[in-house]
Amino acid sequence: MRGARSAKWVAGAIAVALAASACGGDDGDDGEDGASEGSGEGIVRIDGGEPQNALIPTNTNEQFGALVIQNVFSKLVDFADDGSTFTVAAESVEANEDNSLWTITLKDGWTFHDGTPVTAESYVNAWNWAANIQNEQNNAFWFADIVGYEDVHPEEEGAEPTAETMSGLAVVDDLTFTIELTTPVSYYDYKLGYDAFTPLPESFYDDPEAFGESPVGNGPYEFVSWEHEETIELARYEDYQGDNAAQNGGIQIQAYDSLETAYTDLQSGNLDIIRQVAPRDLPLYRQDLGEDRSVAQPYNGIQTITPVWYEWDATDNPAQVLQGVSMAIDRETITQTVLNGSRFPADSYLPPGVYGYQENADGTITDFNPEEAQRLVEEGGGVPDDRLVIQYNADADHQEWVEAVCNSVIEVLDIECVGDPLVDFATDLEAREAGEVQSMYRGGWFADYPLNVNFLKELYASYAHSNYGQFDSPEVDALFAEGDAAADLDATVAAYQEAEQLLFEQMPSIPLWFNAVNGGWGPNVDNVVFNSAGQPILTDVTVSE
Amino acid sequence: MGRYVARRLLQMIPVFIGSTFIIFMMMYALPGDPIRALWGERAPDHAQMAAMREELGLNDHILKQYWDYLLGLLQGDFGTQIRSRREVTEVIGDALPATLRLTVMAFSIIVVVGIGLGLVAGLRAGRKTDTAILFVTLLLISLPVFVIGYLYQTYPGQQWGWITPVVQDSENWGDLLLPALALASLSLAYVARLTRSSIVENRRADYMRTAKAKGLTRTRAVRVHLLRNSLIPVVTFLGVNLGELMTGAIVTEGIFNIHGIGRLVYSALNEREGATVVGVVSFVIVVYLVVALIVDLLYAVLDPRIRYA
Repeated sequence: MRGARSAKWVAGAIAVALAASACGGDDGDDGEDGASEGSGEGIVRIDGGEPQNALIPTNTNEQFGALVIQNVFSKLVDFADDGSTFTVAAESVEANEDNSLWTITLKDGWTFHDGTPVTAESYVNAWNWAANIQNEQNNAFWFADIVGYEDVHPEEEGAEPTAETMSGLAVVDDLTFTIELTTPVSYYDYKLGYDAFTPLPESFYDDPEAFGESPVGNGPYEFVSWEHEETIELARYEDYQGDNAAQNGGIQIQAYDSLETAYTDLQSGNLDIIRQVAPRDLPLYRQDLGEDRSVAQPYNGIQTITPVWYEWDATDNPAQVLQGVSMAIDRETITQTVLNGSRFPADSYLPPGVYGYQENADGTITDFNPEEAQRLVEEGGGVPDDRLVIQYNADADHQEWVEAVCNSVIEVLDIECVGDPLVDFATDLEAREAGEVQSMYRGGWFADYPLNVNFLKELYASYAHSNYGQFDSPEVDALFAEGDAAADLDATVAAYQEAEQLLFEQMPSIPLWFNAVNGGWGPNVDNVVFNSAGQPILTDVTVSE
Repeated sequence: MGRYVARRLLQMIPVFIGSTFIIFMMMYALPGDPIRALWGERAPDHAQMAAMREELGLNDHILKQYWDYLLGLLQGDFGTQIRSRREVTEVIGDALPATLRLTVMAFSIIVVVGIGLGLVAGLRAGRKTDTAILFVTLLLISLPVFVIGYLYQTYPGQQWGWITPVVQDSENWGDLLLPALALASLSLAYVARLTRSSIVENRRADYMRTAKAKGLTRTRAVRVHLLRNSLIPVVTFLGVNLGELMTGAIVTEGIFNIHGIGRLVYSALNEREGATVVGVVSFVIVVYLVVALIVDLLYAVLDPRIRYA
């Protein structure tokens, strides 16, 4: 019986473990958390997730990290709802006559959360550090306009940087520095509104890794703690000098794996703000929460379907055919039914919150018009092989609208139309880069900065990387070049607006709809406003009780 | 006995190496480049991509990469994540407590309620109690786990307000009750069915008649002889089930927002975080192997005729 006895011991251990768990099970039941919130000092609980990168402004390029960075750091300039800029941490941002030298003057008296002053050096050193290839920052390319960038970030693979600093950045005095650009950019202040252009305190350089776990910024909130995959806590920074000081005691960002769960938590009072409700809850959320506690408004993102010209060139007049296909899509119905109001029909290549937006830029090309659609497609020589294939990534909610678009096209044009789901976004991108798209792909673009340049040049210039459709139009390129060389912002915007008109004649892609933010908030909080980037302005939120 | 255990432990080594190798290769074969994905739709920075590949050792031959990985494992180094640059051991360590708590709770429910129901049904085979239990268990088996999950969340959680519908704090046992119940429901029903049929079969066995003949009370006969002999198939099922509970809780974890092992593998797979996937799977393999050993040892406890030399 020797064997049996030792095995009994094993069984005994299991029994003890089970008993222990049973005891543990009891004490949890009475542990209901009584969230006590003092008035004015209340904490805003908002949905979020696990940031993918260390929390350094120049390394964060996804929404969950950005939610932290944008509240812990204050940018030099920020954007109003119409896409115009206003200064935050900067006193002024001024260009010289030909827009090649920008002078930044900082507001006096600002401090980092560790108490050290924010100076011109805090900016210059931070940007030099981030641009250096050895520090492998995801947003390093944002500094590529600055003179000396290729010295710290050589283009060649395996090359070592030849300098420690970019010669284009110069500190003038404690609160002033200048940025020299390789080529004049009349809208460089728009780029300065990106998260990467923020300062870092002296303490950062001692241990960047530790900083990434616990960032110290110059913004309205100071970082408190990060419990991985669970919560991130921010507290109001009492010595904040900016105009947008926090009206609440702090923010608690709760990680959710699914938006459905976050919505359930919002309804049961365990969450204050949800930034986007799940497709499941779209039909009813405005009724559930009330019109005054929910929002559905477009933000600076657009969805398109983009033809690949290596497949479309076979047709006599591809642009005309694509105009026809565009008119065969019933955007109004699809956004209302299949997409449940989570998108707004597009009438332009850029959303309304972007500076330079022209209402009805398209004329009638995005209107649903079956007769005209049939005529245009027929006259243009027809869709190649009478078959549309829309490539998309299956790891996001695209299948339903792709099918709806196809059904609309099939009904009007009587051609074949199918979706081509690729497992995920990375695979989708690879197929696009390799030039293996069968006919069209799903395109999406979100504003880096709300200016029409960003929505046009990055996608439709013949040399643009993200121009996966290989659209190549000398006229459009020429207008882009004219805009880039323009003396001031308005002239730049005007040239790009002209280019946008031309795009509707050449159809490098079919605009479908603008992204919408479908957010909501609970009875605990007030003054919740979402900006044109689709994010709630957290500093303005007040907490009652 | 000691020798048997030692032999089994030694056998684990090739199984472990083989399975991690397969997983490693599968991750490698997946389309989609995690480094390229860091740039999204933007123009990738080829110089920086090269530098990152070099640093993470992704330029080496795949077999060399695997060898380095194995060497690291031996020293307790599971590698680092590509995006966050966090240690995989730390990432797993963060996800593990929630999963362990959930597993322990669900498993206890399965064992206690499942075997209990099966025993009652088996002893009252053919009567009303048996039919009632049959009905309940069939219902549980036929409902997919997400239906059960949402039902639990909606009624006791949201509508009646008895309990928080979404886990607020994964260290809180009370919060974990609903997901544990949802997770346990299906297996519980299986265990009840298995126990019942086993009991019904053994009730008429010779040893039961002997036990009665030698004057044992009914309780003692059932407890010492009948139940013990009937548990062998159930224990086998429970062993496999334990491994499933630890990793297969993706759906339940998603519904109740528990950041456990299941969700970790799922998101790591989506983000092509190879080191994390292989790390978690290696860990799960060890769990399965150990549980299988314990199950085999338990056979000897349950049935004295089984001996391990």
